[in-house]
Parts: sequence; C-alpha cells; structure tokens
Amino acid sequence: MATKTVSPVSAPAGGEVTLSKEEILRYSRHLIMPEVGMEGQLKLKRARVLLVGTGGLGAPLGLYLAAAGVGTLGIVDFDKVDFTNLQRQVAFGTSDVGRPKIEAAAERLGNLNPEIQIKSYETQLTSENALEIFRDYDIIVDGTDNFPTRYLVNDACVLLGKPNVYGSIFRFEGQASIFGYPDGPCYRCLYPEPPPPGLVPSCAEGGVLGVLPGIIGSIQAMETLKLILKTGEPLVGRLLLFDALGMKFRELKLRKNPDCPVCGTNPSITKLIDYAEFCGIRGEEAPAPQTSVPEITPRDLKARLDRGDDLYILDVREPHEYQICNIGGHLIPLGDLSRRVNELDSAREIVAHCRSGKRSAEAAEFLRKAGFKKIWNLKGGILAWSDEVDSSVPKY
Amino acid sequence: MAVKIMIPTPLRAYVEKKDSVELQAGTVGEALAALTSQFAELRKHLYADDGRLRSFVNVYLNDEDIRYLQKDKTQVNDGDTISIVPSIAGGATR
Repeated sequence: MATKTVSPVSAPAGGEVTLSKEEILRYSRHLIMPEVGMEGQLKLKRARVLLVGTGGLGAPLGLYLAAAGVGTLGIVDFDKVDFTNLQRQVAFGTSDVGRPKIEAAAERLGNLNPEIQIKSYETQLTSENALEIFRDYDIIVDGTDNFPTRYLVNDACVLLGKPNVYGSIFRFEGQASIFGYPDGPCYRCLYPEPPPPGLVPSCAEGGVLGVLPGIIGSIQAMETLKLILKTGEPLVGRLLLFDALGMKFRELKLRKNPDCPVCGTNPSITKLIDYAEFCGIRGEEAPAPQTSVPEITPRDLKARLDRGDDLYILDVREPHEYQICNIGGHLIPLGDLSRRVNELDSAREIVAHCRSGKRSAEAAEFLRKAGFKKIWNLKGGILAWSDEVDSSVPKY
Repeated sequence: MAVKIMIPTPLRAYVEKKDSVELQAGTVGEALAALTSQFAELRKHLYADDGRLRSFVNVYLNDEDIRYLQKDKTQVNDGDTISIVPSIAGGATR
C-alpha cells in the first residue's frame, strides 16, 4: 500500500489550530456566514474525511471538500484514468489519461487548496486494510461503484462507529443517505443482501448521465460539511431518491433494523468478511455464465468469413449500441430473442456476439436449449473484434 | 383502491419502459401481484424462487417501508403511492 502525503501541513502537535492570513482570505465566504464562522472553519480544518473512490462521485466530493478547507482528506483508489471516465469524472483532464487516479486527484486537489493535507492510498480497499485506513478518519464518504466495496465500507464504519456518507447512482437515478450515525440505520438495514450477479443490469442497460454523479456527489459533500459543522438536519434515517428525468427528489423513511446482522441488537457479523464471496463474485469480474456453447475467437471468425464460409452473424446488443458500431450482424436484442427466434435458421451456423461476450453467451445458451446445434459465441465480443481484427471499429 | 406503483429505472425494461403503473388493489401484496401478472418478466426481479420479496428490493407505501408495516398485507388507500426501490451500486460503471 503506497501511502503518500502531499503538502504536509501545520496543525502543530497538541497545539491550537488557527487560520493563517491567507486562509482567512480563502475562506472569507464561509467566515462571514454565522453558521460557519471562524469556529466552523476551524472545525473543517481539524476534520479528517476519507473518500473511498475518486470516480464520478469522488470528483465533486473531492473538489468541494478540498475547496471548503477540510483539513485532512484521505483518498482511496487503485484505478487508472481512462478516456471513458472523462465524461463525468470532472477532477481529471485529458492529459491525465493513463495516470493513477490517486495521483491525478491528489495533484488536482492539492492545486485547488494547498492549505490542506491530502493522504493518498493507492490500493484496493479490502477486509485486510479497511479498518486500519478508516481508523484515522472522522467521516467516511462512500463513492464506490460496486456492491462488495459498498458492504465493506458499511460494515467497517459500523464496527468502528464512524458515519458513512452514502451515495449511489444508476443511469438517471440516485440515492443518498448517512449510515452508521449513532442510533441510525446502516446500509444493511436498508438492503440486507446484494443482488445476485445475474440480476445486476447488464451493460446494455447500464451507463450514467454525466451530470448525475455531480449532483449526488455534491449532496454527499454537503452532508459531510453539515456533519463536521454539526449544523442543520443530517440525512440520517432518510433515504433521498433523485430522479433526474422527472427532476424530482423524494424522501423515504429509513429505520434501524433491530435484526440487522451488523448493527442490530445481536449482530452476527462482528468482523469484516469476504465481500466478493458475500456478493457472489470471485475476483474482479462476475463469472462468465455457465455455458456449453463453444467460443470462436475474432481472428478465427475473420479467417472463416474470408474463406467464404456461410456464417450468420447474430448481434444481440441494443439498437442504440448498433448505431455506435457494428460488424454487419443481424440485430436481435437479447431481450427480444425468445420472441423473434423464428427469424433464425437452425440449419445455418450462427455466431452470436455482443459488446464483450456476456450477453451473447446467454443468447447462445438460450438458442442451444431451443434446439440450435451449430451455434458459436464470439469470444470477447465486438471489443475483442476491434482489438484483434479491425481497429477501425470504435470501442465503447 | 386506485394506487400508483413507482417503477425504478433498472426495472422499467420489464414494464414497457413506464415510470409508474396505476392499478386497483386492496393491499400492497395485491398491488404487486396485479403488477407482476400484467408484466410477467418483472416477477423474477421482485421475488426469489421461494416467493419472497428479494432482499435487495424494498417496497414502500408512501414514505414507509412495508417491512415495518404489515408487509404484503398492508392496506392501501385511494391515491397511495407504492415505490419499488432496488439497491443500485453505481458510482460509475466501469
């Protein structure tokens, strides 16, 4: 675990925290508000906040918390910046592509506010390191993008008694709340278990409108500041739902579940567990669906097409994906396949493909069960086709 | 009773892309049964094989979680809103 401190700062050991002349000027719009004032600004300076994830939610979180003068900001991430991040992860620029996110984020935040201390943890948060990392912080902010890390963050916060400022997004919709607050509910009170991997929406239904993490991340940043300042009504015991399409906020009541396995009266989880296993996932990716359909590599498919073999290319992606790029396949989205199966000729050899190979494996398995004998799945999908056969096909 | 069921984004694909469905029911359980008989594909996303509501799907009557009311048997009134709120993971999809 690489821990690096950028611009180590003042806070003399045991001494009183004060603001320099430069800081007073920098924070003047806070200082002239009675709800913040000098006292509040010093609270912010003394505060130690950990951001888990520096992606879509992490960008507004990091920027606003750094700008507001949160004295110690920890950031955890292990990813590198890629081109697909830039549509929403506004802490990064085009020149950051390929750099570790943690490095680019620390530089950006350090430039925004050199008065604060930024601690970088270039590592994946795990059951082994979470408690050790969390221990040094007052508030944990959950900007993760996956269930295993979300449950890990929740459980670690409950075990350490630290508030967990939660935000989550999907396409046009977001959720926010504060978990792990004294006597308040935790994420497991809301959702005892994650969805099994097979029921998580596929990449066809995924995606996120770029501004959405900006809105939800900003709400998390606001709640974090309120917790530090001890002002207003914290988003505890309430689940805020945001619908960007209808531009509506709704609020639902959240109750602490007395039977909650981690924060209930008789908790069964008293230490961190294996979250990949808990979420039914081994390793990074969800396991490929069990299939007995043979795979064909893009290179082999190209060779066979060049040879003039009679192959029927079946593209099971969505129409809007077909518009991005295609390899001339016949489009029948996976969801329509059972209804439109009669369009296919079982006497012909069929090669099913999608973006990365997961949906087409499902489609191929479905067709095999429906009695199709000569069916292949294109290994790695159109992404692999772009890598191995035709680089002019754009990746997305 | 006429109630409105709010459908979350991840499940709209199974209800002809609608964001809400209005129907008649006496209890929350009846409303969900009517919904899943109208849209059969939705059923496996809401209920596990044992017929129980999935643990990553919460159902609210107005702003209250039905787990803390009378669950499926919770009575509904004219004009009530039932919300289906599944867990979402995103911060971003990689």
